[in-house]
Amino acid sequence: MRAHPANYELVAPGGLSAVLSLLAKERGVWLPIAGGTDVMVEYAAGKLPARKLVSIWNLPELRRIEVFPGEIRIGAGCTYTDLRVHDMVGREFPLLANAASWTGGIANQNRGTIGGNIVNASPAADSLPALLVYEAELILVSANGERRVPYSNFHVAYRKTRLAPDELIRAVCLPRCFSRYYAHARKVGPRKAQAIAKVCLAAQARLENGVVEDIRVAMGSVAPVPLRLVRTEDSIKRKPIDAALLRLARQTTAAEIQPIDDIRSTASYRAAVAGNLVAEFLQALSTRGMQG
Amino acid sequence: MSESPDESSKWEITLTVNGKRVTVQAYAMERLLDVVRNDLGLKGTKEGCGEGECGSCSVLMDGVLVNSCLIPVLQAKDSTIITIEGVQADGRAPVVQQAFLEYGGAQCGICTPGMILAACHLLQKKPQPTIEEIREGLSGNLCRCTGYLQIIEAVKEAARRGAAT
Ligand SMILES: Cc1cc2nc3c(=O)[nH]c(=O)nc-3n(C[C@H](O)[C@H](O)[C@H](O)COP(=O)(O)OP(=O)(O)OC[C@H]3O[C@@H](n4cnc5c(N)ncnc54)[C@H](O)[C@@H]3O)c2cc1C
Ligand code: FES
Ligand code: FES
Repeated sequence: MRAHPANYELVAPGGLSAVLSLLAKERGVWLPIAGGTDVMVEYAAGKLPARKLVSIWNLPELRRIEVFPGEIRIGAGCTYTDLRVHDMVGREFPLLANAASWTGGIANQNRGTIGGNIVNASPAADSLPALLVYEAELILVSANGERRVPYSNFHVAYRKTRLAPDELIRAVCLPRCFSRYYAHARKVGPRKAQAIAKVCLAAQARLENGVVEDIRVAMGSVAPVPLRLVRTEDSIKRKPIDAALLRLARQTTAAEIQPIDDIRSTASYRAAVAGNLVAEFLQALSTRGMQG
Repeated sequence: MSESPDESSKWEITLTVNGKRVTVQAYAMERLLDVVRNDLGLKGTKEGCGEGECGSCSVLMDGVLVNSCLIPVLQAKDSTIITIEGVQADGRAPVVQQAFLEYGGAQCGICTPGMILAACHLLQKKPQPTIEEIREGLSGNLCRCTGYLQIIEAVKEAARRGAAT
């Protein structure tokens, strides 16, 4: 049944520190709401367990992109549109800019935030494979201060993260060391915008003297959490791209992922698609990849 | 504000809608869509899916296209909202609306207010969009009637007629 607004409380204290002290005072009681593109859908369906919400939409402390020599810090409250219009994100982190352009329609991109995508923790989320490939770190903040954690061990199980009840994600940090990589993203689904992916891939690699010097491959919708395919990467590293490697890459990919059957697709379809996506990436790399 | 989550109380929320400052009494979690339709009586904004998928509830909030069904009204406090009723003030809209009429871009009309607002938002950012950009700009707006081709043609024509100027 549809939720009645009288049964919910929503406050907007305005500044980050006011929000954090509210979260600290009544731990686990207040649910942050940023762009609301996940929360409001649950709310509309009458499935939102929380009754007290605190708005973090448009908090200035969360909505800026800071550029340092060694990294870029994207505020967790930045929207997909913010990411798409930022020059450096597009230039140095094309996998993230791509994912942003694939996430729902324009209205959704004007509201949905990167922090919301991370904490909503869907295995199908579009921006999360890119964060794995870029080895993103998260700055988490609470009334007690900040801690910095790698995204790769933040997302621990199906829709579970290491975020403490009194914490917010403040920013997503991406190291600026990928300019010599060839980047490649693909979303396989019924249509590109506005649809949950059956499988999505973010990958980048560097060729040197004809061999794959370094490679990072991550996928969504192939496991309970967004997955970096470490074993597949190892099986490809320091090898030339030839027919044997493509075969091996398909096999290791299929063995490494843990896809399921669901309403959007079947496990065996996903395994076949995942293998093909990695092979397709390697082929593109061998023809268009930068030679370093 | 009441402590009991079972009965929160209403807030006084001021916003500027179609150029007029209005104050409504509303629960903070009331959807902007419901406030616009019920409290302000602006029925041009439609409810299709109620979950962000269809775009028929589109409005411009601080100049940006949003789905009003996903916005708790407290988050729209002090913002500037343009609905389809107020879009004429935007010079682009009459050209876009005329092109929709001529090109069969509207049939039952449920999606049309959202389509027009999405088209205006697109043309403001990209005065001469490619077909691909038109498709992308309208990809969050579903239409059960036209099959989209007429809508895309209408937006292309509006751009040609200089809707953006
Ligand atoms: C029509 C539609 C299409 C969509 N399409 C896609 C798609 O193609 N790909 C995709 O990946 N997603 C898609 N989504 C899902 C959604 O838009 C994204 O997950 C979005 O990034 C959520 O961000 P938000 O700010 O709206 O989150 P909210 O709904 O505000 O919050 C989501 C969760 O994150 C928490 N949260 C938000 N920000 C923070 C923070 N800074 N710190 C701590 N916790 C926080 C909230 O408490 C809540 O638990 C779609 C949604 C809709 C409605
Ligand atoms: S009613 Fe809001 S998007 Fe469908
Ligand atoms: S004209 Fe009927 S839904 Fe578009």
